Amino acid sequence: MAASDRTVLQFGPSSAVTSNITAKVHPLVIFNISDCYVRRPDQAERVIGTLLGSVLPDGTVDIRNSYVVPHNEFSDQVALDIEYHHTMLKSHLKVNPQEVIVGWFSTGLGVTGGSALIHEFYCREVPNPVHLTVGTGFRNGEGTVKAYVSVNLSLGDRQLAAQFQEIPLDLRMIEAERVGFDILKSTSVDKLPSDLEGMEVLMERLLTLINDIYKYVDDTVEGHAVPDNSVGRILSETVASLPKLSPPAFDKLVNDSLQDQLLLLYLSSITRTQLSLAEKLNTAAQMP
Amino acid sequence: MARSFLQVAAAEEVAPPLRVVQIEGLVMLKIIKHCKEFSPALVTGQLLGLDVGSVLEVTNCFPFPIQEEDEEIEADGANYQLEMMRCLREVNVDNNTVGWYQSTMLGCFQTAELIETFLNYQENIRRCVCIIYDPSRSNQGALAFKALKLSDSFMDLYRSNNFTGEKLREKNLSWVDIFEEIPVKVSNSALISAFMTELEPDTPVTQRDYDRLQLSSSPFLERNMEFLIECMDDLSVEQQKFQFYYRSLTRQQAQQQSWLQKRRDENKARKAAGEEPLPEEDPSNPIFKPIPEPPRLESFLIANRIANYCNQINGCRHCCHYNYYYCCYLLPLLLLLLVVLATIRCYCSFCHCFCCWLLLILLLPLSIVGGGGGGGGDGEDDDDDDDDYYYYYYYYYCSY
Repeated sequence: MAASDRTVLQFGPSSAVTSNITAKVHPLVIFNISDCYVRRPDQAERVIGTLLGSVLPDGTVDIRNSYVVPHNEFSDQVALDIEYHHTMLKSHLKVNPQEVIVGWFSTGLGVTGGSALIHEFYCREVPNPVHLTVGTGFRNGEGTVKAYVSVNLSLGDRQLAAQFQEIPLDLRMIEAERVGFDILKSTSVDKLPSDLEGMEVLMERLLTLINDIYKYVDDTVEGHAVPDNSVGRILSETVASLPKLSPPAFDKLVNDSLQDQLLLLYLSSITRTQLSLAEKLNTAAQMP
Repeated sequence: MARSFLQVAAAEEVAPPLRVVQIEGLVMLKIIKHCKEFSPALVTGQLLGLDVGSVLEVTNCFPFPIQEEDEEIEADGANYQLEMMRCLREVNVDNNTVGWYQSTMLGCFQTAELIETFLNYQENIRRCVCIIYDPSRSNQGALAFKALKLSDSFMDLYRSNNFTGEKLREKNLSWVDIFEEIPVKVSNSALISAFMTELEPDTPVTQRDYDRLQLSSSPFLERNMEFLIECMDDLSVEQQKFQFYYRSLTRQQAQQQSWLQKRRDENKARKAAGEEPLPEEDPSNPIFKPIPEPPRLESFLIANRIANYCNQINGCRHCCHYNYYYCCYLLPLLLLLLVVLATIRCYCSFCHCFCCWLLLILLLPLSIVGGGGGGGGDGEDDDDDDDDYYYYYYYYYCSY
């Protein structure tokens, strides 16, 4: 065989593009997928759906929304309701035209043969779709979320297989943090925390944090813990970032703003009194 | 006791009053995402769920596209809704509308349109609720979700178009009675709760806490005050309308009295002359025309808005107050940490004990410890100043 006829099976990230892709997932997507999984029809083992989002300029795939697509899976055949997929896509684009298809998801660990077929379908919709698997089995007490991109394995000119390579996944929980994890983690929360209650919880947490720092510093001084220079540097940077005000200046600053706020409080109390007065005038005025 | 089917069917269904709205975490995230994406524009969406006894469960929602003011797009909007609901039905999502959600900017959502929408919804659905989400307040760290519905008494009165002063006095209805706020409960499925617990272990401090700890609440307060002042202007305009109405009413009555008096005198004269007395009423005379009473709805809504702004200012002030108090509490604490760090370098056990002692003093209630940080001959002059303004703030806080 001539040397030019020899072909090599390429493994591994063959293109720079694949190696740079990372995916960011918003918590809403996970919630949506779990909810759809819980509501799946009885005979279905897993649910499949489309991922919507955008591709950021630095190549990261930002997955922001998702919707489930009904499908049927036989031994080696997969039937996907394409019309449903297009209808939902149109509806979603009406609300937010920036969210386009970036891939698809399926529950259940691992990538099966059927998945490859579905992935091919999605390849026709968007170049290089991301495949997200959400493991709902919780075997070993673990729920895993993984993202894959497929790379075509080719031997010379022939397509052999599609290899699903895992890409780093970043779970951005900023929105979930906004709602509050204690609300999202428990199965039922009786009442949304009011401002002051939230403040209280926050102060407790902050005090715990400070106590931890104090304990750490304490231990380090006494020699119980190994001093870590980087931590020490971070601590000193934090402390140094406090503005250097003399006590009288700080005094005046805080006093002034407190006075402003007391004034506002006074104004709002006056306004409330005015309101009840207005109401009395409006409805209780009796005409002879 | 077993009742026959006929008896049950004949018995009137008495709906238990709505006591709590149960929202799923999924719905909250969806609403937050949608409102935040389009803020500051105001957006709306539909809520889907189940009406079970005294609990209204909201299990899913979908957003409405932003509609332009075009006529043909109205039909589009209805089409969109139908399509979405049909698609969601196919994947076993509850297909039942239970209300709608809308975003608001700093809480000025009490408008006549809201009431109109409520009435529209109420025609078709027995129980509907409106969820208001305020993304600007959530930026301050609070979770500003509110579930509202119109109170029944207000609805009856409004529908019968009997929104006059006497009727309102009769039913004892004031501006607080228009909207009823329903407590919100959050529920999550077990699967998602397992996911959340596993994916995100307990963090001591989260993003929301950082937002809440921000000392600069002044832009928020400023905007609140601006809106409050505008509302006060509107309220004064409404008050003037009422004043004008009362004044013209009094004037009209005085005119009527004088006219009546003249008529009576005339009648007496005619009786003396033996002629027919003229009627004492003359509907064609313009002074007998009843003056229309100005509508009270707008002033009620404005009153609601003002109350809302006042509450927000109060709440904000409370949080800031705590912020400042703890800030001046923490600042010297952190300064002392600096001292402790310095001691790491020199490993001076004497300094260390001294700092321990100072920290202990700071952590105990200040009123208990008398002369505070005098001990230890290290010559720390900051000490006295520190403790001085501690007492000051403690006193300030107590006096308030």
